[in-house]
Amino acid sequence: MTTGSQTEFETVIGLEVHVQLSTQTKMFCGCRNVFGSAPNTNVCPVCMGLPGSLPVVNREALRYAVRIGLALNCEINRYIKFDRKNYYYPDCPKNYQISQFDMPICYGGHLHIPVGDGQLKKIGITRAHLEEDAGKLVHAEDASLVDFNRTGTPLLEIVSEPDLRDPQEAYDYLQNLKLAISYLDVSDCDMEKGSLRCDANVSIRPAGSTAFGTKTELKNMNSFKAVRAALEYEISRQHKVVLAGEEVIQETRLWDENKLRTASMRSKEEAHDYRYFPDPDLVPFTLADSEIEAARTALPELPEAKFQRFLKDYALTEYDAGIIIQDRGMADFFESCAGIFDDYKKICNWLNGSVLQAINERKTTIAQLDISPEKLTDLIKKVDDGTISNLVAKDVFLKMLDSGKDASAIIEEEGLAQVSDEGELEGIVDALVTDNPQVVEQIQSGQEKAIGFLVGQAMKKTQGKANPKMIRELITRRLSNG
Amino acid sequence: MSIITDHDVRYVAALARIHLKEEEVGQLQNDLEKIIGYINKLKELDVSAVEPTSHALSLENVFRPDEVKPSLAHDKALAIAIEQRDGAFKVPKVIE
Ligand SMILES: [Zn+2]
Repeated sequence: MTTGSQTEFETVIGLEVHVQLSTQTKMFCGCRNVFGSAPNTNVCPVCMGLPGSLPVVNREALRYAVRIGLALNCEINRYIKFDRKNYYYPDCPKNYQISQFDMPICYGGHLHIPVGDGQLKKIGITRAHLEEDAGKLVHAEDASLVDFNRTGTPLLEIVSEPDLRDPQEAYDYLQNLKLAISYLDVSDCDMEKGSLRCDANVSIRPAGSTAFGTKTELKNMNSFKAVRAALEYEISRQHKVVLAGEEVIQETRLWDENKLRTASMRSKEEAHDYRYFPDPDLVPFTLADSEIEAARTALPELPEAKFQRFLKDYALTEYDAGIIIQDRGMADFFESCAGIFDDYKKICNWLNGSVLQAINERKTTIAQLDISPEKLTDLIKKVDDGTISNLVAKDVFLKMLDSGKDASAIIEEEGLAQVSDEGELEGIVDALVTDNPQVVEQIQSGQEKAIGFLVGQAMKKTQGKANPKMIRELITRRLSNG
Repeated sequence: MSIITDHDVRYVAALARIHLKEEEVGQLQNDLEKIIGYINKLKELDVSAVEPTSHALSLENVFRPDEVKPSLAHDKALAIAIEQRDGAFKVPKVIE
């Protein structure tokens, strides 16, 4: 049990996550929705807010929003409208952002996070609403430069309930939220490109109290780890403020990744008064029950369900299943392998080992890697039946990726098959025993581990081709015979 | 009675980025007073049986398919910029 100030307070955290939807075009106009174009090349009168232009809702963006809402266990509003959120800033050409005020497309959902011992905690999702992204500002020495390419990109803002109690829970919530969305093919969820962004609201209160303390809003975190670090810093700052008898001020604070601290934004702007009102340029829309049910049916199996099923159907460990389900393509690949070869643990070891390593090193995906479930399981079988050692198999695997050939072809062409010929192996063992009298002594005095050294030497001499199991047996037999 | 205070007028003007002369504050206070008074009059109507509406048109579900349409040519898009640099709109610096 901890003592001192840490036990006197409880932390309350709520997160606002913005997800850019990966539609072909923007939310209200036909401009391309892509990252990385030259400044102001994907712009038109609508997204630049020129007089006389009129926005029209992208049907696909609505579908994506419904898909995310359903995956997050939300209710979907049948009647929805858009509102104007008014503010002046150079990244916002119309001087208002089209958003949703009182009728968000999704509300009342939840997501689970792990809290140890296989237990799950339910984190409420208050709402998720559609809106348009703002432009990008680059600040030069003497001026700010505005690029409107991002302006009008469809965004879903997902607001959690203040159910998170520490920075790690916030981190886990973000991980699981991103994972769930990544299964839906609606966003690339890439924080580096800004397609996933997170702001955090945090306050502290005396433990056991139900009233909320004054919260601060944290911005400018560009990774989940940064969100966790910013929250840790901010919570300890608030503790100090309160323990010094002062009051936490409600404000926006920016995370400084270099100095590892939050600092008040000290905006000169008066308190925000967004004066929301219905956007007269956009008519309301209704969603039919049939459409929502169709979207629900079309949802893939979500990571949480897949995780539980993998534990049950394939007896995977939580660790193995947890890694496999991080990528939907990998999970599908695993299941295809499992349909061909029934040593699930071995498949998992390969996927979470050599395969994942190759994906990371080559910065690619399982789908783009030149390997099929058939080819991989064939390779695993070659280890299983003693044709090649595990060590050689790792090498064969890389050669398979580079050449597209299957395991048998590579093993044959390069003469990699394991030497299981007893006569040949006995010769190797004889030589080793003669060359390593001290090791032999150690083994004979009961140091079993020393056998491993001799096996290793045999593997080295044969470039990994000796059958290690047979070598071990031969050494044991030979030394016990004196 | 006054519904609209001197402060309200200045606050709304600030939000709308309008600079008011001193004498205009009083005038606008009067005008807004009348407008709000009229709204209050309307509020006396019993509308409890009427659905709230956000639109005068009885249109619904106006959508567009997710298809790319040509954007503006870059030079045309920037033609309205008062100042530009590196293909971007140049504006007075907004931070620090
Ligand atoms: Zn546009």
